[in-house]
This record gives sequence, C-alpha cells and structure tokens, in this order.
Amino acid sequence: MATVSMEQVSKVYPNGTRAVSGLTLDIAEGEFMVLVGPSGCGKTTALRMVAGLEDISSGTIRVGDKVVNDLSPKDRDIAMVFQNYALYPHMTVAENIAFALTLRKMAKEDVRAKVDEAARILGLTEYLASKPGQLSGGQRQRVAMGRAIVREPAAFLMDEPLSNLDAKLRVQMRAEISRVQRRLGVATLYVTHDQTEAMTMGDRVAVLRAGILHQCDPPQVLYDRPDNLFVAAFIGSPSMNLYEAVLSPDATSVRIGSQALRLPAHLQAPSPELAARRDGKVVVGVRPEELSDAALGGPVEDGKSLVGAVELVEALGSEKLVHFTLDATRVQEEGATFAGAADAEGLSQGDLAGSGMALGVARVDPRSAIRPGRQASFVVDIDKLHLFDPDTGNAIRPPR
Amino acid sequence: MSGAGAVPAAVAEEVGGAPGAGGTARARARRRLDWRQLAFYLGVLIVLAVALFPFYWILRTSLESSAEVAQGVGGPNGLLPPHLSLSAYVDDFTQQHFLGPLVNSAIVSLAATVVSVIFGSLAGYALARLPVRGSGPILGFILLAGFFPVLAMVGPLFLLYRKLGFLDSIYPLILTYLVYTLPLATWLLKNFFAQIPKELEEAALVDGATRLQALWRIVVPVAVPGVFTAAILSFILAWNDFAFAVSFLQTPSKFTAPVSIVNFGQSAFQVFYNRIDAAVVIITIPIALLVLAAQRRIVSGLTAGALK
Amino acid sequence: MTEAGAAGAVTAPARWLRPARRSGAADAGHRAERRLGWAMVAPTVILLALITAFPLVYNLWNSFHHVNLANAAQAQSFAGTSNYRALVTTPGFVGALTRTVGFTAVTIVVDTVVGLGLALMLNRAFPGRGVLRAAILVPWAVPTVVSASLWKTMFDPRAGFVDYLLNAAHLPGAHVTWLAGQWTSWAAIVTADAWKNIPFVAIILLAGLQVIPRDIYEAARIDGASTWQAFRRLTLPLLKPALLVALIFRTLQAFLVFDVIYIMTGGGPGSTTETLSYLNWHAFLVDTDFGYGGAVSVSLVVISLVIAGLYVRLLRPAT
Repeated sequence: MATVSMEQVSKVYPNGTRAVSGLTLDIAEGEFMVLVGPSGCGKTTALRMVAGLEDISSGTIRVGDKVVNDLSPKDRDIAMVFQNYALYPHMTVAENIAFALTLRKMAKEDVRAKVDEAARILGLTEYLASKPGQLSGGQRQRVAMGRAIVREPAAFLMDEPLSNLDAKLRVQMRAEISRVQRRLGVATLYVTHDQTEAMTMGDRVAVLRAGILHQCDPPQVLYDRPDNLFVAAFIGSPSMNLYEAVLSPDATSVRIGSQALRLPAHLQAPSPELAARRDGKVVVGVRPEELSDAALGGPVEDGKSLVGAVELVEALGSEKLVHFTLDATRVQEEGATFAGAADAEGLSQGDLAGSGMALGVARVDPRSAIRPGRQASFVVDIDKLHLFDPDTGNAIRPPR
Repeated sequence: MSGAGAVPAAVAEEVGGAPGAGGTARARARRRLDWRQLAFYLGVLIVLAVALFPFYWILRTSLESSAEVAQGVGGPNGLLPPHLSLSAYVDDFTQQHFLGPLVNSAIVSLAATVVSVIFGSLAGYALARLPVRGSGPILGFILLAGFFPVLAMVGPLFLLYRKLGFLDSIYPLILTYLVYTLPLATWLLKNFFAQIPKELEEAALVDGATRLQALWRIVVPVAVPGVFTAAILSFILAWNDFAFAVSFLQTPSKFTAPVSIVNFGQSAFQVFYNRIDAAVVIITIPIALLVLAAQRRIVSGLTAGALK
Repeated sequence: MTEAGAAGAVTAPARWLRPARRSGAADAGHRAERRLGWAMVAPTVILLALITAFPLVYNLWNSFHHVNLANAAQAQSFAGTSNYRALVTTPGFVGALTRTVGFTAVTIVVDTVVGLGLALMLNRAFPGRGVLRAAILVPWAVPTVVSASLWKTMFDPRAGFVDYLLNAAHLPGAHVTWLAGQWTSWAAIVTADAWKNIPFVAIILLAGLQVIPRDIYEAARIDGASTWQAFRRLTLPLLKPALLVALIFRTLQAFLVFDVIYIMTGGGPGSTTETLSYLNWHAFLVDTDFGYGGAVSVSLVVISLVIAGLYVRLLRPAT
C-alpha cells in the first residue's frame, strides 16, 4: 500500500500558468522517491501540494489511506525539510527540534527523550543549546532533519535540502540523509534538480519537466532504458550523445552522417515502430561511457565504430573525456543539459551550427593516447545503443 | 596611480597617487596624508561642536541662578557660569509645576505608541503576508495619511472636540497622534514582516501549528526587533508633537511638556531662560538616552522606511 | 520538439485539459485568509480615515460657508467662493505662500548640501564614527520645541552664545536682536530648522551610500576617474533614490513648517515670518474663522499632494 499517493494532481495558477499537469505518483512504504527535473519544472509545487502549503487545482492526494486534499498542513502527518532550512532563529536547536512535539502538548520528559535521541542520531548533542545563527551550514541542515525525524511522521518531504551546501558537504549529507531515511524507514519525497542526488539517493526517481511526469523508475532502469529523449539527455553526466540518423532499408543499421552503425539484434527484431520507420529518420543515442578508444582494443568490427575529429581531451585521472566532432546533426534537448556538461564541452554547439558538424563526448580509459587535432576511432558498444522517434521523442525498442 | 611605483601600495592607495618616486614621493605622500586627515578630523570636530555645543550652552544656562540670567551673558558670565545653581530645576517643579506636563506627555506618547504598535503590527502583517485585496491602494493611503498637513487637521478637530467636550483634555490627543505614529509603524512593520522568510511560517504549519499559533509563536518573537524599532520611532514622534497640543489644550496643568516649556517664558516679567533651559534639559535627557541606547534601531528604522 | 509526444506516452491528458476546478474547502480557506487580512488591516485604515478624511471633508464644507465662532450671527451661512477669493485678495495668504516657498527652497538646498557632506563624512571608516552618528541623531530626535527654544536662547543677545561669540571675535552682528528683524529672524529660523533636520537627511543619504558597492570605485579608479569624477558620475546617480526620498520628506516638512515659527517668532516681527501653516493656525485658533481657515487648509492639502505626487513621479523610473 502506498504511503503517499498523488492521483492526476494538477496545479493551475490564477494567471493561467500550469505548474503541474496530471501528476500520478505512488510512494510505497519506506520508499525514497526522488522528484527531479530542471528548475521551474513544477517539482517544488508538487511537493508543496503534498505538504498542504499550496492549493490543489484538481486531483487527489492521499497520505496513508486518508485523502488530504482539504486538510491543513498540520493535520497531514508529514514533516518537511526546507531548502533554506527555515530554522526558527529565536529558538535553540533543542527547541527547534521539539517545536512540533510541544505543539502536540507531549509530556516534557517524552519530548526530551525524543529530542536527545534525534540529536544523537544526527550528531547534534553538543549543539542542543545553541541558536541556529551559531551553526554552520551542515549543522543547520542536520537540525532541519532533526526537526523532521522527531515527528515520526507518515512521510518526509524534502525540498532541495542540500542545495545550499558546498560540494564536499553535499556528498557527505547525501549519504547521511539516505542512512537516516533507511534507518527510520519513513516514506520520503525528495525534490532536487541535481541528477547525481537523484541517482544516488532514490529508490525510484521521477523525472518531471514542464509539470509533466516523463518517467518514474529505479535509477538504473532510468539510465539503461530511458523512455524518451528528455530522460535520456537529463540522466547521466556527461549527457548522452544524440544524433539524427537514417535507418537503412533493411532496418539493420543506421547512418550517422557519413558513418554507419550496425543495430543490435534486439533492436532489429521486428517491431511495428521500427517497421514504420524504414528509410525514415531516427535519433541514435550513445552514452559517453559506451564509446572506447579503438587503439586500445583488438581489431574493430565493421559498423561498430565511429571516427571523429578530436577537439579537446580532459584528463580526470580515472578516465579521460574526449570531445570530438562528427559530420552529423546533434539533437539538443532543451533544459536537459547540465552546467557541468556544458562547461566541459569547451566548445558550444552554437559554434558548429550550420557547419554540418556535431559535438560528441567519449569517456575513455586514462591510458588512451588520443590527442586534440587528430582523428580518433571509437569502438561503440552497440548492444547499448538507444533509438528514439524524432517526432514523439519516445524510445523505440521491443517491449520488455 | 601612475608614477607611484616606489610608493608602498598601502600609502599610495590612501593618498590616491603621488607623483615622483622614491623617498621624496613617500615624504610628500606622508605630508599630504596628514594634511588631509587633519582637515577631515577638523570637519568632524566642527560637526560635533555644532551638534553638541548648543546643548552645552543650554545646560550652562540652566545652571545659572535667576539673578545671573538677569545680568545677561558677558564679563565674568561667559562660557562657564560663575556659580552652579540648581535653582532653575527646583523652580521648574515648584513654581512652574513641570511634573504634571511631563507625566501628561508620557501618558499620551506611550498610549499612542502602544496603540500604533498593536494596530500597525496587525495591518503590517496582513499587508505583508495575507492576500488582502487592494493592498496597494491601502498602503498608499496609509503613507499619504502620514504626509497629511497637520495644521489642516487642527481646525476641524478643534470644532469636533469642542462639540464633544474633548478640548483641554490629553486623552483625545492619543487618537490624534495616531496620524503621526500609525502610518510609520504600519510601514516599518510591513517591511519587517516581509523580510521574515515565509518558510519559517510554513515550517511551523507543517510542524502542526495553526495559522495563529505560527503567528504568535514564530513570527512575533522573530519580529521583536522590528516592533521595538517601530515603538521607539513612534514614541519620539508622539513625544515631539507641539501643534495639536498647543491648539487643543488650554489649562497649564493639562499641558504636555513641549507646550508647557513654551509658556514658561511668557508668564513672567523677565524671560527666565534658566527655567526654560532647565526644562529643555529635562525633556532632552530621556530622548538623548533613548537615542544612545537604540541608535542602531533608530537608524535602521529610518532608513528601512525610506529606502524600500 | 518532443513535448506533446512524450506527455502522451506517460499520462492521459484528458483530465488536465478540463478547466481547473478549485476544491471547495481550499477556496474557503483562501477566503478565510482574505477575511482575516481585512480584519487585521481594518483598524488602521478606519482610524486613519477618521483622523484625516474627516478633517478634509469638514474643511471643504467649512471653506464654502461662513463659520466664525466670533460671529454667531452669520452662523454657517453659505459663503460661495468668498473664502477662496479672500485667499488671493488679502495679503495674508499670498505673502505666507511666498515666504513658505522661499523658506522651503532655501531649507532643502541647505539640508541637501550639508546633509550630503555629513553623509560622505559618516560613510568613511574612522575612529569615533559611532559617536558622531549618535551626536547628530540627538538634535534630530529632540522635540522641535527643544531645538526652537534652544536656538531662541542662542540668538538672544542677553542669554545666547551667538552674540557672545560675535562680540568676542569683534565681528559685525554683535548686539543685534536677531529675532527683531525680518531677515535676521529668518536666518535664526533657518539655522534652527537646519540644525534639527540635517541629521535626518544625512542618515538617509548615508544608507543610500552604504548600498553602493565599493568595488565600482576601484573599477572607476582603474578606468582613470578622479575622485570628483567618481563622485559626479557614480555616487550622485546611484544616490538618486535616497536623495529623492530625503527630499520628499524634507520638502513636505519644510512646506508645512509651524512649530519653529510659533516658538521663535510667532510669525513676527509683524507678519514677516508667517508661513502657511502658521497663517492657518492663526485663522483657526486666534481669529476662529473656520471658513477662511478651511480654505487655507484645503490649499495646504492640495499643494502637499502635488508635491508628493511630483516626487513619486520622479522616483518611479529610478526604482
């Protein structure tokens, strides 16, 4: 049975803006559900509707088996961690954590015990008498967590709780939140724009864009079998290389610019979509990690490699990122590229517009001797090729 | 900055670039630095003197006896009084009955302050946080009321109070003073409430508080500094009123302190400057203490109201 | 390019294409909040309306009637526009208007120039800055009665230091009864008014200076700007909002000046220091002519509104 369920939930603001459209999402007992998407995709609005801080335009939200649409936040049995923590500045850490319990008029000793327990779990014991203003960012984050966990609520709601921390602390708190959540086994809805957080923390990840749910699956499924172009481009860093391609008449290979790639057997299997596409355009997706330096392996089979002109090589120690260009057209997914990926590209796709060249990234072995300014050949793991319909953006693949 | 090559960066920076090089530049820089610093501090001293010397002079005069005041300033009666006498202070309370007006002023100002802070908090909170329809025009009206010409209110209110038998009483002044204090308090508190993160309240709601509990247990305690600022400025404005009080009050025992002071000089054959000035000292001291104690709040209140 | 298709693949769009329907209870909650808001605003709005709108309406009515407590025979008869005609035909109003405008002009120039200087001084970090700020706040915070009485004492040749200092320095102006002459009275009034109000201007401008980022001055210096050029091209334009706010307050206060006139000169000698507010007070409380006084009041309100409106106009594009 789901602990939190949203059924066809929509939010339309008075000015006509549609922030969330027909969102249906079930969070199972003890499940860590991450709601991820680019900024402005409606994920925070969705969370706030569950919390009761935002009216619901239509649809049904349940916590447990109770419809909470018309309940005020205090009656929903949920706890929330805010982006800026929202710690009460005039209360000590202990008072902050205890606030919800004192509102329920819980006996003093019980409150004390629960606060001590929460502080112990979060390593806050020595700060209980401090005011929030005296704490560091990470400690404030813990207090906000503490405030949520003493409640023993039906569900945790977390709104980008790590976005105000520096990179190192973020990694640490990421693990800590996961640890606490698993230990307590409380259903959690966690909102973030950071796909790394989504992938590392979520039992399942729901990808939202423009108020619409695009896919909701465990992280590995999201990565291996993206349902559409947006999810394919959004999940994974650097982003998946997506190229316009033409399917061969016998539907066994695709042509990317002047080069051909053979399709794996499972994609050749007769499927109505593919059959309809014969001689038509498709979008081919290759993840950077599915390209490797041909010079390091044995002989390259026909139709299993791509040759590109190397623009830039970034050595990261454990791997090298090779940026190259192909004589093809890259498919851009608006809003799906990340700051990190865009920065690393060094060259912007705009420079190449109209030149008939498309950028690509390969994640290769650090021993690779690929150099900028030369041609390089990459072996493609064609079993992991992704195909998409360029009109609908949906993945083309046989049913599971 | 060219040519300052040999001058240590710190010195060059303070001087703003000195021509020449090496030791001479440094020496010149040093001299020019001193000259500038000197001029600056001279300016500071002049400002301090202009701001404070009149208070000293008032204090000096208040410590003269009536006989010395009658002789005028000059000769031995110069920057320092020849003798220190507290007789003017004694006279203020025994002959001028200054205590009554002081108490009147305190009552009226405190009452106006309390009313303004309460109503100003409510209105300020609603305007900052709640979906009040027409909040823009309402705020505009409140601000405009604060600029309403005081003397244009005196006539109609005089006629009204005369009809109601309110003249020569300090209590109607409380209502009247709201025109000074309420716009200010509302405006300040609205700005202050708007600065408190909305999430604090939302966190309280999720924590199980009702809207009023969130207001009372979270917003109000966090807003204490803002309420305090609004209260101080309201008090100063109410305490300083002269126009209404001089128009509506008629009996000396009903006067507020400012009206009382003005009438000190008029009641005698001689202008007892020592008595006036003693009263001025008495009325200034609480204000000065307030300013010293709450300097930061006053400045932040004045500027928050002005720069938003 | 993929929006429509992707959406179709995930959820059926039928439900959210229907017009949004507010859930009844949530709407009720919203209405309750709006009602609460009104209830909280109401006391302030009602009180302020009572104490400002009532006088305005009453003044308007009075200004078209004969309302003079000293002349009961005429009681409340319709006066047409005679009270307004009296404004332009009698010397009192026109003279007071002229003097008030003059005083306002001089005052805001003095306040702005000196206030800006003070603000620039306070914007520098130096030991004793806190003391200086507190010292200038005291004159602002004391009642006008105090500043006016204090400067009345100062300018009295028998009790004040102005005479004492001028005399000691053998300068002209000694043994002058300042408050007995027209221009010397104005000098004393402007001094007292400036002494009390410049600190306010300085504090507002200081706040304006403090929000200007420091690094733009460093950038300007690297661009080759002199101190004066930086002041002229950076400080002044960036200070414009604060300057306008200070000017609104000071212009309106100066235009409505009353306390300092009443206390220092009582409008005298003769009526040479009578301002509009003082004239208005005199009409109400001395002549008890509430018809004429009402007309003066109405013009005061109108002129104040015009001044406020002008400044708000000026301020709007700046912010």
